[in-house]
Amino acid sequence: MDDANTDVIQGTLDMLILKTLSLQPLHGFGIARRIEQISRDVFKVNPGSLLTALRRLERAGWLDAEWRQTENSRRARYYILTRAGRKQLESETSDWSRRAAAVARLLNAEG
Amino acid sequence: MSLWRQLRHGLHVLLHPSAASQDVADEVRHYFTMAAAGHEANGLPPYAARRAARVATGNPTTVGEQVHSHRWEFWIETAIADARYAMRRLRAAPGFTLTTVLTLAIGIGATTAIFGAVYPILFEPLPYAEPRKIVMISDRTDGGDRMDVTFGTYTELLARSRSFSALAVIRAWQPALTRHATPERLRGQRVSASYFRTLGAAPFIGHDFDATADRPRGDNVTILSYGLWQQMFGGDRDILGHQITLEGDNYTVIGVMPATFDNVLAPTAQLWSLLQYDASLVSTGDSTRYNSREWGHHLTMVGRLRSTSGLAQATREVASIANSPVPEFARPDWASLSGGMIVHSLQQDVTSSARPALLAMLGAVLLLLLIACMNVTNLLLARATRRRGEVAMRAALGAARSRIIRQLLTESVLLSALGGALGLGIAATGVRVLVALSPPGLPRANAIRLDAPVFVFAVGVTTLIGLVVGLLPAIQITRAGLQSGLRRSTARTVGGPGATRGALVIAEVALALVLLVSGGLLLRSIGRLLATPPGFAPAGLLTMQVAASGHQYDSTAARYLFFSDALDAVRRVPGVSAAAFTSQLPLSGDRDGYGFRLESDARSEGTEGANAMRYAVIGDYAQTMGIRLRHGRLLGDHDIAGQPLALMVSESLARGYFPGTDAVGHRLQVGPDTAWGTIVGVVNDVQQASLAATDRNAIYVPVAQWVWTDATLSLVVRSRGDAAALLPAVKAAIWSVDKDQPIIRVATMDAMVAMSAAAQRFALRVFEVFGIVALALAAIGLYGVVSASVAERIREIGVRTALGASPADILRMIIRQGMTLTAAGIVIGVAGAIEATRAIASLLFDVSPLDAVSYATVIVVLACVAAIACWLPARRAAGSDPLIALRME
Repeated sequence: MDDANTDVIQGTLDMLILKTLSLQPLHGFGIARRIEQISRDVFKVNPGSLLTALRRLERAGWLDAEWRQTENSRRARYYILTRAGRKQLESETSDWSRRAAAVARLLNAEG
Repeated sequence: MSLWRQLRHGLHVLLHPSAASQDVADEVRHYFTMAAAGHEANGLPPYAARRAARVATGNPTTVGEQVHSHRWEFWIETAIADARYAMRRLRAAPGFTLTTVLTLAIGIGATTAIFGAVYPILFEPLPYAEPRKIVMISDRTDGGDRMDVTFGTYTELLARSRSFSALAVIRAWQPALTRHATPERLRGQRVSASYFRTLGAAPFIGHDFDATADRPRGDNVTILSYGLWQQMFGGDRDILGHQITLEGDNYTVIGVMPATFDNVLAPTAQLWSLLQYDASLVSTGDSTRYNSREWGHHLTMVGRLRSTSGLAQATREVASIANSPVPEFARPDWASLSGGMIVHSLQQDVTSSARPALLAMLGAVLLLLLIACMNVTNLLLARATRRRGEVAMRAALGAARSRIIRQLLTESVLLSALGGALGLGIAATGVRVLVALSPPGLPRANAIRLDAPVFVFAVGVTTLIGLVVGLLPAIQITRAGLQSGLRRSTARTVGGPGATRGALVIAEVALALVLLVSGGLLLRSIGRLLATPPGFAPAGLLTMQVAASGHQYDSTAARYLFFSDALDAVRRVPGVSAAAFTSQLPLSGDRDGYGFRLESDARSEGTEGANAMRYAVIGDYAQTMGIRLRHGRLLGDHDIAGQPLALMVSESLARGYFPGTDAVGHRLQVGPDTAWGTIVGVVNDVQQASLAATDRNAIYVPVAQWVWTDATLSLVVRSRGDAAALLPAVKAAIWSVDKDQPIIRVATMDAMVAMSAAAQRFALRVFEVFGIVALALAAIGLYGVVSASVAERIREIGVRTALGASPADILRMIIRQGMTLTAAGIVIGVAGAIEATRAIASLLFDVSPLDAVSYATVIVVLACVAAIACWLPARRAAGSDPLIALRME
């Protein structure tokens, strides 16, 4: 295991899932691989947490789910961002940017 | 919307559990396959790729469970699964399940039944509007006792007090209703017009009493109870405005009370009429009018407090009125209110007589419930010890401790739910039995039932018990079992659960002893009570009440003629050896107290003075009753009108007021404005109010020489054979004089004596049953503990036998162990009983709460039962083959 791999920052997994799915519908493993790839393996996704989060977001109405054929003709549960999910992503993104900027300002502050 | 989605998805999962879990499992498997495929694509061989995927993603089953466990419906599924599992486990151990469920059912059933009886009487508010505002007001004697009020006092309070929004006075009334050939005696009340308003009730058809009719010679009107209206008038609404004949007078029916009206002051009252006393007699302050019914102590007063005033404030105001007489309400000596007045809440008043017995029963049943719970805890502990291996296995397979405890608790809650369901059945029967057994004077007995509060109580108790009895074994097993359980399923050492179980048995024995001692004390009390000489010979006595009602008996002479003719007719009945009339009958509830003055003692002038029971008698009363003459002569037929008043007094009165001298020949004045009488004889004391009563002053007067003849007298008949068999002939004899006179309250004197101990007997029955059940439960508990210990020590016993211990040695060793627990329980129990029996002291009669005989008997019985419970498993141990025991290794 690579030591650089860390768990996803507490509370950001939902936002990362929504963001990933805003590009295209994906199944669970696809989402995990995409998050790991795009974060250049900084984040390691725990499958239990991911699948649980997917079910929760589905319950909340931000995702829809359906079983589809994959490219290599296996059946997989695909998740699709709903209109409510897109809204939620926007609000979470702006919220995150505000916080990140604030943290960055604090860390960069001189003296 | 999101909530709705949550609910919809959750319900979907619950309704299609296998499809839902398949869905999750498929997704997890797909994830895993994809991860493995990824590793394979990186060049790993399939076997290594799968291994890497498993390391990275974890156990697919665990992942699936993790996904499941985040959903709200998951805990329902777990609970159902736990309950199913528990059900299977219980079915696999039918003996254990049956014992536990039955024990709990008995405990819960008995508790629920007693609670059902006690709750409406002691805790439920009376069924009136703002019941806490209703109070009873009575005179206070100089001795501090309560006494009925006079109409004069009522009139004065009505005018002077400000604390009450309404006041009412009541007296009992037993009018004869003439409708058909045989007259019927009804039970009713004469009330002031404000009575129903004071209680906050009103007729549901017709109208309430009108105050203007509540005066002498006012309109004769009556209000019927719902029961009488249904039973005698078929629920006919047209009865309103019609007249019925009561005591020879016509009364107009003006209303009917609703079925829901509960007349707690006289629960059996069937109709009401107005008191119609003369208020003008009171406010004139004319002392020549004192000798009227307006100044007799025979009324019950109730009041409703204003919303702004409380009980304490009303008590203060009434006291200040009592202490400051005003000229316009001049009072006679006997109603001077010099002792003050007593104000009680109605609730307290109605229930105070039954309170000690009911609270004692509630205490007893809680002890029983506690014993039952301990027994079940004990059984669960024993079971838990046997299940250590299973629990350790589950823990090793990844079950969290909290999860195992939850599972075990589910089992105990399920047991108590089964017990509770069965217990409700027992309670339903129990409540009916309680009502059937209840003494006749029990207030609000008609309110006893199994209803919502009782049901809630039962469910609450059941759940609580399930959690409490299950928690201790669950904690113990998961603590001791998780590490060591797998190593050996039979423990080598006794300790842990063994010690806890021992402690529980000690407690059970102690509690059973408390119950048994209480029952024993009550049993001895009843024995003493029934052994109390009543002062007369009850065997062979038939009694009944006879009234002279109707206008033909308005004069005292006509009444006397009727009674003396009736007595002559009764004496001629074959089989009657003696007969007499009396104004009050011992042990019947009659209570007719009079003040009296001694000629020789001038100090008694003007004080409330001495009191005695007054018996106005016709015929040979003392001879008929079997009351013995101590001195002088008996009253009899020779004491006729026109001669000076002859009196007979009781021994206690003679001793108390004429100490050291002969009472015969002394003169007494009984009641106000009567002639002085001369004592001609002294007879033995008679228990008038009850067998336990200590008030034994009595004065007997011949009706022939008394100022008036009471309208209702009790007939006593001594028979040569079976008293009850005489009844038809005696009734016929009375009706041969006047066929329109009702005869009521027929009873043999033996039955009256038995009834007078009814309250104690009621409590005794309950304690008897509870005591026996407690004894059985404690014995079962003891047997269980000793048996389990024998099973655990079987190897040790084998070794001892192999080393030369005889079966007798083994027997002694095992019994000693069980009896040590018993002895500890007895010691603690005796200490507890000494404390607890104080609570039932008021139910005891002539028996000390520390009665040595009761304690000794109970200890011996308990020890014997315990010895048997220990001996059974000990015999098994002594008879066991050492080789078999040792081979169990």
